[in-house]
Amino acid sequence: MTAHTAPAFKASDYKSDIKPVWCPGCGDYHVLLSVTRALAELGRRPEDVACISGIGCSSRIPAYVNCYGFHGVHGRSLPIGTGLKVARPDLTVLVAGGDGDGFSIGGNHFQHACRRNIDITYIVMDNRVYGMTKGQPSPTTEPDWDSALSPGGTGLSPFHPLVIALASGANFVARTFSGDPNRTTEVLVEAIKHPGFSFVQILSPCVTFRPDERGWKDVVHTAAVEETDDPARAARRIMTDDGFNIGILYRGNRAPYKLTGREATSDTDQLGEMFAI
Amino acid sequence: MHGNANGLLLSGNHAVAHGVRLARPDVIPVYPITPQTPILEKITELQAEGQIAAELLTPESEHSAMSACISASLTGARVFTATSSQGLLLMHELLHYASGARASIVMCNVNRTPAAPWGFWPDQLDSLAQRDTGWIQLYSETPQESLDSVIQAFRVAETARIPVMISHDAFYVSHAVEPVDVPSQSLVDEFLPAFRSDIRLDTEIGRSFGAPNDQANWNRSRRELDASMQTVNDLVIDAGRDWGALTGRSYGPLEFYRTEDAEVVIVTMGSMCGTVRDAVDEMRDKGVAVGMLKVRLFRPLPVAALREALAGVPCALVLDRNYSPGTGGVLHQELKSALYGLAGAPRLHGLLTGVGGVNVAPGRIEQLVSEFSGKEPVVGPVWVE
Repeated sequence: MTAHTAPAFKASDYKSDIKPVWCPGCGDYHVLLSVTRALAELGRRPEDVACISGIGCSSRIPAYVNCYGFHGVHGRSLPIGTGLKVARPDLTVLVAGGDGDGFSIGGNHFQHACRRNIDITYIVMDNRVYGMTKGQPSPTTEPDWDSALSPGGTGLSPFHPLVIALASGANFVARTFSGDPNRTTEVLVEAIKHPGFSFVQILSPCVTFRPDERGWKDVVHTAAVEETDDPARAARRIMTDDGFNIGILYRGNRAPYKLTGREATSDTDQLGEMFAI
Repeated sequence: MHGNANGLLLSGNHAVAHGVRLARPDVIPVYPITPQTPILEKITELQAEGQIAAELLTPESEHSAMSACISASLTGARVFTATSSQGLLLMHELLHYASGARASIVMCNVNRTPAAPWGFWPDQLDSLAQRDTGWIQLYSETPQESLDSVIQAFRVAETARIPVMISHDAFYVSHAVEPVDVPSQSLVDEFLPAFRSDIRLDTEIGRSFGAPNDQANWNRSRRELDASMQTVNDLVIDAGRDWGALTGRSYGPLEFYRTEDAEVVIVTMGSMCGTVRDAVDEMRDKGVAVGMLKVRLFRPLPVAALREALAGVPCALVLDRNYSPGTGGVLHQELKSALYGLAGAPRLHGLLTGVGGVNVAPGRIEQLVSEFSGKEPVVGPVWVE
């Protein structure tokens, strides 16, 4: 068999035939669009990509992407993605989910996945609310968000996921807005290409439980500074920005986790030799 | 309706929240999960209205929720939590710890299918799989029973110093709305005094919990738990009787429905009992000598009462809304064990009925009685959908 040449793919090649059940107007539709566009631009064959998730509205995304998928248990998407990547380093592994899945129940895994710096891309669709269980505050919810399920607000400091990612050892940190699929696609392409653990926070409004987030489109803005490879500088910028700074905020040079052991392959000739009788 | 109470239309989950309000807990750590979330929602609402004075804590996971329950309970606080399915499974490690540390927690679990595959349907495997964790387990048939059981459970848990789990079926009980008699606060206060624990985490007393033990002391802790477990059946009887004296609604470890002279007794738990009642009435009208034995207290299993109730009954059908892979229905296994060596034990059929939330109508139960009551039981599981 001749060496594989990447065929041209269209974004629609990565869309499954399952219709999303997200609410009309949910930001996650545009995230799905951006993911499929990014994969097309990278020319990854669908069978060379795996999309892993946990639980929540956004964690439904593997069903909607035409590639290998794994809808895991709540908060455990990163350990599952890590296990997959070490067994099949040839695959492009995307781990996706929401702020509840990633920063509440899965918060410890988030830190350790950054620290391990394995070559996967973690996409968090951050809507600052638990959407699937109908509107509880999440770790990124503003402390004064007043709702039926948090009367008067939680009074709790919100999580700073990008800073935590930097402090924990992630190698690529970016923030995008779902309502800007062109920019989000560009960032996802860079995140997937960059070695090591790439973390992309996508501000993705929940129009049902956070209708105020419809206003995000008016407040997001491109980061006024160039990306940096200095994590301390990136962290200082993120701690002092308004939370709506969009762009690649850190692109590091940390050595990614080195895999040992046998080399996996999806090359059919090699597989044929391995299993020849 | 009994006097001194309000009649409200409530779902099972909202009935639980009202039971919690009336029990006056101090600390409530809860993590949301479908289909439990309406319990948390209603408790939040009642707390915001000032009707619940408890500290409501929303931790980052069910594992953290149960961790917080244990330490809060050991200070002598009255503690409630609620969960379902995956949440209960995530708590598993701490369920052992809670009973071992003798924390008097009361929890409502909404029975839901465990993954994989994902599902949100009524199935009791989530809580039945916790049968060895040292929790008292009650199964509830209706929203009314769930409310009543929450209040009784605090008395049992705080007397025995063993945590209690009340399970009700997803949607059939958790979301179905029925008229519920909500007792007055004064009635509940009469039934359930404030929790007073002489053994508690208290700097004035200077105790610690959970320290590593040598073999002999670890063994002793289990013997003590066993001794307390053996008091639970009577505590459940007393609590159900006293509650009945106050409200007109009595409860016990088991309930017998038209079992007098029954040739066939259907044994089951949870919402399936309501369906079986209708089926039994239909069959009795046709002259079929059939009755129902409802198991309300599953842990500790009321073995002596089960042996007494089923001795001499020609045939029993166990309807299990759960499947334990490799063995079959959990209640069927438990019944076989409980009746072992009993003279005049019934022919015991284990039927996997409604696993995964599949609907089982009264007419289907009539068919099962006619199909299986004359047969010899088989050893393995029997799927009947």
